[in-house]
Amino acid sequence: MAKTIVPIGPYHPLQEEPEFFKLTVEGERVVAIDVHVGYNHRGIEKISEMKTFDQSVYTVERICGICSTSHPFACVQAVEDIILMEVPDRAKYIRTIIAEGERIHSHLLWLGLAGHFLGYNTVFMWAWKLREEILDVMEILSGNRNNYAMFTPGGVRRDIKAEDIPVVLKKVDSILPTLDMLKKAVMDDPVLHARTKGVGILTRDEAISFSALGPTARASGVAKDVRKDAPYAAYDQVDWKMIVTQNGDVFDKLAIRVLETFESVKIMKYCLTHLPGGEIKERIKNIPPGEGIGTHEAPRGEVFHYVRSDGTNRPVRHKIRAPTYMNLPTYKATIIGETISDATIILAAIDPCYCCTERLAVRDMKGKKLFNGEDLVRLSQEKTMQLKKKMGF
Amino acid sequence: MRKEEILKSLQERFGADLVEIVDKSAKRVYIEIKPEALVKISLYIFKDLGARFNIASGMDTPHDMEILYHFTIERINLIISLRVKLPKEKPEIDSLAPHFEAANWIEREMQELLGIKFNGHPDMRRLLLPDEWPEGVYPLRRDYEEWDKTAIRDRGV
Repeated sequence: MAKTIVPIGPYHPLQEEPEFFKLTVEGERVVAIDVHVGYNHRGIEKISEMKTFDQSVYTVERICGICSTSHPFACVQAVEDIILMEVPDRAKYIRTIIAEGERIHSHLLWLGLAGHFLGYNTVFMWAWKLREEILDVMEILSGNRNNYAMFTPGGVRRDIKAEDIPVVLKKVDSILPTLDMLKKAVMDDPVLHARTKGVGILTRDEAISFSALGPTARASGVAKDVRKDAPYAAYDQVDWKMIVTQNGDVFDKLAIRVLETFESVKIMKYCLTHLPGGEIKERIKNIPPGEGIGTHEAPRGEVFHYVRSDGTNRPVRHKIRAPTYMNLPTYKATIIGETISDATIILAAIDPCYCCTERLAVRDMKGKKLFNGEDLVRLSQEKTMQLKKKMGF
Repeated sequence: MRKEEILKSLQERFGADLVEIVDKSAKRVYIEIKPEALVKISLYIFKDLGARFNIASGMDTPHDMEILYHFTIERINLIISLRVKLPKEKPEIDSLAPHFEAANWIEREMQELLGIKFNGHPDMRRLLLPDEWPEGVYPLRRDYEEWDKTAIRDRGV
């Protein structure tokens, strides 16, 4: 059968950053994939070298619009690692609360979009409605729905007021019944099983070779989570479970995110009820020459920051590694041999951030057909409809 | 294996190839090695010690071209950073990408941003820079000068 090249991108509806995927298909099957990135390279590592240690925290906050707390978290830990300092307990708890709130809303956002791609718009609406509650909570805590600017080397910038805690707890509790219902609806749906089980499998060995991170690795049986392996902030003081599954398919990645949301709610509630007193920030006078590494488990996997100081007030090198950098190349292993209607959900399964303009064109070699992003989503939704009919729903 | 045992076994196996060990804290260790020993030492750490490859970070220092390869061993909560120093006139080193996939992208990135050559890399195309970027201009080098005079850029603070 003749090979056809299907270009997806550089702007496409599943990615935060513009990326270009060149899928080579034989009939319905994908036989090869090539990925081009760099359309949105902003040179933040270089910009950060021109900022002071305090300022670079806010610069890196702009890397991602959804997990906007992950980069500052890793960055401040890298700066603190240079001088080997410990932040006050209250700051540790506040950092944990902010990071877990972000994880909840990020996972809910992904769940909603995954539902949408599979033709379950009800899941999309429920999940995003729940996400609103969490965004409200973040607004109460930090003053902003996103880009919280809570972190600074040495602690946090803003305290949590005692009178806010009952309001926040009530709001966090209020999402639990709906979340539970959503979990049952998603995990027990036979059509969803048919669409996602055994699709886009990343084996354990591949996950290790690609050094995959976060839910992508944990779905393949690689039990790695920075929060457990290298406890920081308040994660070693809370009792929580690391969710690991073995199959590595889309369903497992979905299940992990749903179950992790419950764990995050648990961590957040514990930290809010056990918030210790004391200072929220320790002043850093100056940063001596040296180097430091900071890591944080973002919703998508480990964020890695390396900062080197030469004794001035600016870093001489600031290396940033986001989780998608390691997870994205796993497409090479997961998408080959799958059908083009499953490509949408496999590409979405690692949870690359979604922010950018929605524009996508799929064209066959003679240029007769022109699909856009909506068509590809429709293709995916049609497959679910057909399956539903076949299975008698 | 605990951290002390790991350091001991590295010294026993590769004693002649290690230049300096900086034991920064309980969780971080920086080991400077000879560039020609990079592949065997990183394969030992990655395969035998079961580490995860975090990332590599290249840097143009006043004296040499420096690369740090960061590995995490989760079960003992340790990050090992292998430091190699390459001469500025000829920054070349063996590629890790044929041995594990995780090193593929970062070596492409360092090749275009710092101009370090990775021998044996399977796919040395550009990763981040645009196509119109001229050959031989490396933006993260110390002697980088802006080549595109028409571009409007944020010059920072």
